[in-house]
Amino acid sequence: MGTEASAAGVFSAAVRPVTLSVNGADRELRIAPWTTLLDGLREYLGLTGTKKGCDHGQCGACTVLVDGVRINSCLTLAVMHEGATIRTIEGIGAEGALHPLQQAFIDHDAFQCGYCTPGQICSATGLIAEGRARTPEEIRELMSGNLCRCGAYPNIVAAIEHAMRVAETAP
Amino acid sequence: MNRFEYARASDVAEAVRARAADASARFIAGGTNLIDLMKENVARPTRLIDINHLPLRGIEDTDAGGVRIGALATNTAVAYDARIEARYPLLSSAILAGASPQLRNAATTGGNLLQRTRCYYFYDTGTPCNKREPGTGCPAIAGVNRIHAILGASENCIATHPSDMCVALAALAATVRVTGPSGEREIAFADFHRLPGDTPERDTNLGEDELITAIDLPPEGFASNYSYLKLRDRLSYAFALVSVAAALTFDGDTIREARLALGGVAHKPWRDTAAEAALAGKPANRATFETAAAALLADARGYSGNAFKIELARRAIVRALSQAAAGTPQVQTDKRVR
Repeated sequence: MGTEASAAGVFSAAVRPVTLSVNGADRELRIAPWTTLLDGLREYLGLTGTKKGCDHGQCGACTVLVDGVRINSCLTLAVMHEGATIRTIEGIGAEGALHPLQQAFIDHDAFQCGYCTPGQICSATGLIAEGRARTPEEIRELMSGNLCRCGAYPNIVAAIEHAMRVAETAP
Repeated sequence: MNRFEYARASDVAEAVRARAADASARFIAGGTNLIDLMKENVARPTRLIDINHLPLRGIEDTDAGGVRIGALATNTAVAYDARIEARYPLLSSAILAGASPQLRNAATTGGNLLQRTRCYYFYDTGTPCNKREPGTGCPAIAGVNRIHAILGASENCIATHPSDMCVALAALAATVRVTGPSGEREIAFADFHRLPGDTPERDTNLGEDELITAIDLPPEGFASNYSYLKLRDRLSYAFALVSVAAALTFDGDTIREARLALGGVAHKPWRDTAAEAALAGKPANRATFETAAAALLADARGYSGNAFKIELARRAIVRALSQAAAGTPQVQTDKRVR
């Protein structure tokens, strides 16, 4: 497939530069248009904290924050996010300075195998920022896009509830 | 996923021209259904026209006294919009009954209408499917068909439209605003989606070269007496086996106007104006609701795996109308059905 000038910009299948602000740093990827944001992060930027579970938007393991909003990175193309601000699990807390959600997941034993955990924590970060969950029932409903096949749900809900209270009382 | 060419459109006219120039090009907005279909090789567009930069995200009052929702407003933006919550809570409730927060954050209003009517065979390229490859047959009819249609199906296709939002839009009698090469036109919501008939490959009456720009809601939002009741195989994040959008207005104790639409039961959101007429002018009681449910389901037909849906739908209709009449709509976080 070649390229062709048209009214709607230039249609192209070629590899192109896409600049994303990832975890506070501008990063340029050189990618084909069919590269998902998930594959862009994992395969081109080496940020393998974001997991590929189902790759169809059903499990939530690939959840990242795009311009502050949680989405499934497997169901969007990296090229659609030129100039966007992306936050992945690598940008949430650091070794020795864990995010309150990360600490709460440890304290509440909120995982077993850990594969879904980065997505759970990114999703919960979005949930807390949205500010719509108050009760455990609301946390469960608004975390329903994140599956945990080990079945750690009770502890995940408890960890998020705890972190939510910490966030509320933070100065 | 197939290889494709990509370009970004900066205005509606540009987007429409690009689409008209290539029949196998597709618009992409949220991408939550299209990219999924592309990963399964069910959709193989040669070109993607990215419409995310078009100025179609607004939600605003119309001169007619209703509300216009831009085609690119996300499901989340619509569900939590203060005007929609106050005046069209049925729409908010239906949206929040569907998908997951991550999907609702990405998915758009126009894209929700254009998600494919589908079933597991449509998604499985290893099986025949009249919707995916016309003329190859429908294995669902004699196969696994738990989630399939009980109303309006044909011998060619028994798939269902999975949207919750669209069931509320059908009940609210929304209007779809579209733009094509020859200008703008409006499509009544009831006329937007199609029944399968002999052309199951076509889900909607949108022209190949047309773009949805907005959804208009009429002034009446049924904000006092409504309910969206969704029944499914798990408590959250699953398609409906049966869902019901019920909305009523009253003259004293008598129903003045009723709206009744079902999801998960047909190739399109299933609004039944005859059942609505059976409710108007009647007292809001169980006998009235049973009569309406019987009218709506008179022509229902079950298959080996989904005949239970007919009785489930009957009960869900009665329950949703009862909830609407009592002013106690189904809450989407509290899963207990009251």
